[in-house]
Amino acid sequence: MRYVIALPFLWLGIFFLLPFALVLAIALGTNAPDSVPPVDLGIGLKSFTLLFTDDLYLAAWLTSLRIAATSTLVALLLGYPMAYAIARAAPRRRPLLLMLVVLPFWTSFLIRVYAWMGLLDENGLLNQFLRWSGIAANPGTILGTEWAVQLGIVYAYLPFMVLPLYAVLEKLDVSLLEAAADLGARPIAAFLTITLPLSLPGVVAGCLLVFIPAVGEFVIPDLLGGTETLMIGKVLWDEFFTNADWPLASAVAICLLVLLAAPIALFQRQQARGPEPARERRR
Amino acid sequence: MRLLALASLLALVAPVQAWAQGSVNVYNWSDYIAEDQLKVFEKDTGTKVNYTTYDSNEILDAKLRTGKSGYDIVVPTASPFFVRQLAASLYLPLDKAKLKNWNNLDPEIMAALAKYDPGNAHGIPWMWGTTGIGYNVAEISKRLPDAPVDSLRMIFDPAVVSKFKDCGVMMLDSATDVLPAALKYLGLDPDSKKTEDLAKATDVVKAVRPFIRKFHSSEYINALAGGNICLAFGFSGDVFQARDRAAKAKDKRDIAYAIPKEGSLLWIDVAAIPKDAPNPANALRFLDFLLEPKVAAASSELTGYANGNRAAFALLPKDISGNPLIYPPADVRNRFYTITAGTPEQTRERTRLWTTVKTGR
Repeated sequence: MRYVIALPFLWLGIFFLLPFALVLAIALGTNAPDSVPPVDLGIGLKSFTLLFTDDLYLAAWLTSLRIAATSTLVALLLGYPMAYAIARAAPRRRPLLLMLVVLPFWTSFLIRVYAWMGLLDENGLLNQFLRWSGIAANPGTILGTEWAVQLGIVYAYLPFMVLPLYAVLEKLDVSLLEAAADLGARPIAAFLTITLPLSLPGVVAGCLLVFIPAVGEFVIPDLLGGTETLMIGKVLWDEFFTNADWPLASAVAICLLVLLAAPIALFQRQQARGPEPARERRR
Repeated sequence: MRLLALASLLALVAPVQAWAQGSVNVYNWSDYIAEDQLKVFEKDTGTKVNYTTYDSNEILDAKLRTGKSGYDIVVPTASPFFVRQLAASLYLPLDKAKLKNWNNLDPEIMAALAKYDPGNAHGIPWMWGTTGIGYNVAEISKRLPDAPVDSLRMIFDPAVVSKFKDCGVMMLDSATDVLPAALKYLGLDPDSKKTEDLAKATDVVKAVRPFIRKFHSSEYINALAGGNICLAFGFSGDVFQARDRAAKAKDKRDIAYAIPKEGSLLWIDVAAIPKDAPNPANALRFLDFLLEPKVAAASSELTGYANGNRAAFALLPKDISGNPLIYPPADVRNRFYTITAGTPEQTRERTRLWTTVKTGR
């Protein structure tokens, strides 16, 4: 039994802590373009100080946070009603509806993002439809703008929002809502005081599952975005591939992780601490 | 049951054995060799070719820098990639005594390549081409009938580029291709590493920035072919690809390519042997095979690029060897320029300037 419990820790150690230690070691080294691999190991903070002398990195980070936050919000607003509807559907239809949510994963992520390029292009299907239907003769193009990036992220990560929400909403005891109705609560009041608070763990899980990968997203902004959309994933790519500066690229990655992990860890602790006093009071 | 497991284990191990002994691992650009020729090599030498492809110099660069890539032959672009990999001693010197077809190579291309690799000690030129202007003939002439299509003004003069904003302009997302062209446009040394020169070049690109839909190093192929843009600054071979695709499309579009009269950046893709190649002897044999005129000619026929093999020229069909955009005449070739890699600090400065151009930061 003890070994079974050790398994996740082993997993975490091999696939998270070890790679993280490697990246940290590279970040503390110095760039050595003429050796293989191009790093001189050592303890130096040069790469980290460089990050703070140029506002490029901060700007890219803030843009990434902003885009990830709005995409997460939109995904939540779209995903919550979807999850709710699936959870309230007849039990025999739920597997089919869930299947439909997961179905896009059967196609490669890259191909799905490419498909959006075909839809949103100047001569893409969307504009062809707008011109054909006479809605707009000169519709312009959203491919290559931040809008396209947001759209792409919401599309790609929506299932990650829907699934945890569904898991929580499905378990929700409907008799609670009936009791609320009996006591005179309107559906909206019942939703706000019962369903929403009880589904909060699903909301948090879904938001984290969308927000975290969206911040570091590279493929979607590269393919759907324009040149001026400066996200941290692109900055990291430039440092690693164009400049071949592994220490600086690693420093960017570490800062990204720390800046993301710190608020999340804090939030988790708040969540864990929250219910305890209530339990004591009950006693 | 155990016997079956043993048998399947053996089946797994056996090909690995063969792979380790008589094989050569080639890592090449996609669509970059006539693949029936690989079978000829396998038949002639009994050496198995493990052929894999990539579509980005950066990916190859990162693999080589990580070490133990396992490749015997790779084909990086001369500048800035092959040069900076040479500086990191990532390649084996060629044993030219074993390359009996060495003299087939084109001395002019060899001389250009020798600027990066003195004495051509580490690599042979495979394919080469130019950097220039790809455009949609109908859309351009509709907006500016006397457009200077064969001049850098086409992409750097705001008065010209602004005319094409509505039909779409794309530019390579590459500081090492666009900034030298901007320097050339200003009449400065395209290889200049001086901060004040680079600042002037940056200003040139910034002035046309509002009219450019996107900086990207490969998207313009599909965008030109599909009619989503009408003007691109890109690589010759990519524009030829766009032209061929557009010609095959339902609503035939006429895509053309022009070499800037001010001069064009000559790119050369170099076949070389990584230092830690597992089969260096087979790699040399494969290089010698690439130097055979019929192999280079068959590959040029497939790709539509010029090759670095002079003996192959006579074997090429007329529509390739006689095409001045693929094999330009001497006066155009004389205006080709090449650039050197520069120090890591200079690379960083250039990349940073380029980010400023693209994002305004």
